[in-house]
Amino acid sequence: MANLIRAIFFVCVIRPIMGFFIGLRVRGRENLPQKHPFIIIANHSSHLDTVAIMNLFPLKFLSRIHPVAAADYFNRNTIVSFVSRLFFNILPIERKHICHNRNPLDAISAILAAGSSIILFPEGTRSLSGEIAPFHSGIAHVAKQFPIVPIIPVYMSNMWRALPKGEFIILPFICEMNIGKPIYPDGSKEEIMEILRNTIVRLKGESSWQ
Amino acid sequence: MNNLLLFATSSPVRQAAMFILLLLTFSSFLVWLLTKILPQTDWKELTLRVRSWWIMATVFLVAVTVNRTLTLLFFALMSFWVLKEYITILDTRRADHRALFWAFLVIPIHYYFISINWYLMFLIFIPVYVFLFLPLRLVLTEKTEGFLSSAAKIQWGLMAFVFGLSHMAYLSIMPRIGGLPSSGQTLLIFLVIVTEMNDVFQYLWGKSLGRHKILPLVSPKKTSEGFWGGIITTSVLSLFLRFLTPFGVFETIFFAFCIAVAGFFGDVVMSAVKRDAGIKDFSNIIPGHGGALDRVDSLCYTAPIFFHLMAYFYY
Repeated sequence: MANLIRAIFFVCVIRPIMGFFIGLRVRGRENLPQKHPFIIIANHSSHLDTVAIMNLFPLKFLSRIHPVAAADYFNRNTIVSFVSRLFFNILPIERKHICHNRNPLDAISAILAAGSSIILFPEGTRSLSGEIAPFHSGIAHVAKQFPIVPIIPVYMSNMWRALPKGEFIILPFICEMNIGKPIYPDGSKEEIMEILRNTIVRLKGESSWQ
Repeated sequence: MNNLLLFATSSPVRQAAMFILLLLTFSSFLVWLLTKILPQTDWKELTLRVRSWWIMATVFLVAVTVNRTLTLLFFALMSFWVLKEYITILDTRRADHRALFWAFLVIPIHYYFISINWYLMFLIFIPVYVFLFLPLRLVLTEKTEGFLSSAAKIQWGLMAFVFGLSHMAYLSIMPRIGGLPSSGQTLLIFLVIVTEMNDVFQYLWGKSLGRHKILPLVSPKKTSEGFWGGIITTSVLSLFLRFLTPFGVFETIFFAFCIAVAGFFGDVVMSAVKRDAGIKDFSNIIPGHGGALDRVDSLCYTAPIFFHLMAYFYY
């Protein structure tokens, strides 16, 4: 039932918004993975980011794609929590009260181990512009734990203009997604973080708008 | 022979469709010939361009002939898309968000006034009410740095792409002139064909014979040869379109001349916008042409000027 509602929501609401209203342009669509599991990492500047990424996939993929989201934000009340779970399948993780017996990365690992996929924004929060903030180390831990799961880097431009942080009216700025080739980073935690961030910075450089 | 007879007796709109069909078939044939004669040159861009012309001409003809609602919807969507391309390439501030929202909201309201044929409101809604309201909305954010620049950008966008282009929509609902077969609808077709022909011929003359640049710092490809060649060719060819209009020979040449000159102005002004924003094309929605705005830039100038010439002389 939830899958059907989600599919209808994406076809009737998200597709028209992304396709006509925003006029989203996608580069490197051929780099998208054809099967689960995978990890998508992207720069984060708007609530539209998650929606735009999920919209790239066929509807039958949606039930097994989980955007990693901040529990303190998306669980702030029952309605937001319900809607974000129903429509976007979010995986809420704790980013504030972390202790050693409640590692927030365990939930991510469980999903990947079960063969599902995640969307992760390594900056940890929405940027106020196209600037890319330093990455948090979580993604490096996950990458080390699952070396065979492809990581697909994505840079999205203009999303922060269409729907900035703290705003609820979407404006029709033309946005662009630049999808890079899948990467399987190797090395120390710091090296992995640097490889991933540099890839996104390079994708940004290739975009029509920065 | 039968076909010629049909051409002479059918409605102006159908004749115009045939005129366009003829021009496009001729261009397609020419491009095909060029690829055969000079196969080593790259004609991909030109082929794409002509193919896009076929699509645009079809969409335009369907939009302006089927019914009035579709015509207005078509121009409203054109304003929306073009304003969106324009806003995207500009440097807007975070504080402009709500003012921009209102600017987009102006489009349905403005076209609604056109649909109920409220002429005076059509004329003053944007230049008076919207232009007084938008700066106020910007001031409410209390961000004065860059205020004037934002206000100017938003208002110029509305002026050119909503107010300017919507003159085509208003022209389309204007009634017949006297007992003649020409109406607002046929005048609109005349305006659009002449404007686009002028664009094409200025480009062709400039590309083949262009020597003396007109405004090299704004648009390096514009030359006086292209400018004059375009104007003369357009004026002569417009005589074949007299059946769409109530004009005599002299008037046809005069109005075609006005459209050609205004089209050039629109073209260079939008080039300056692009140059200021540091881009080449507004987007890539029309293969071979660039953005929709790259195609309708001349119409932002020709539509209001031709409309008001008609309003003054014929309505």
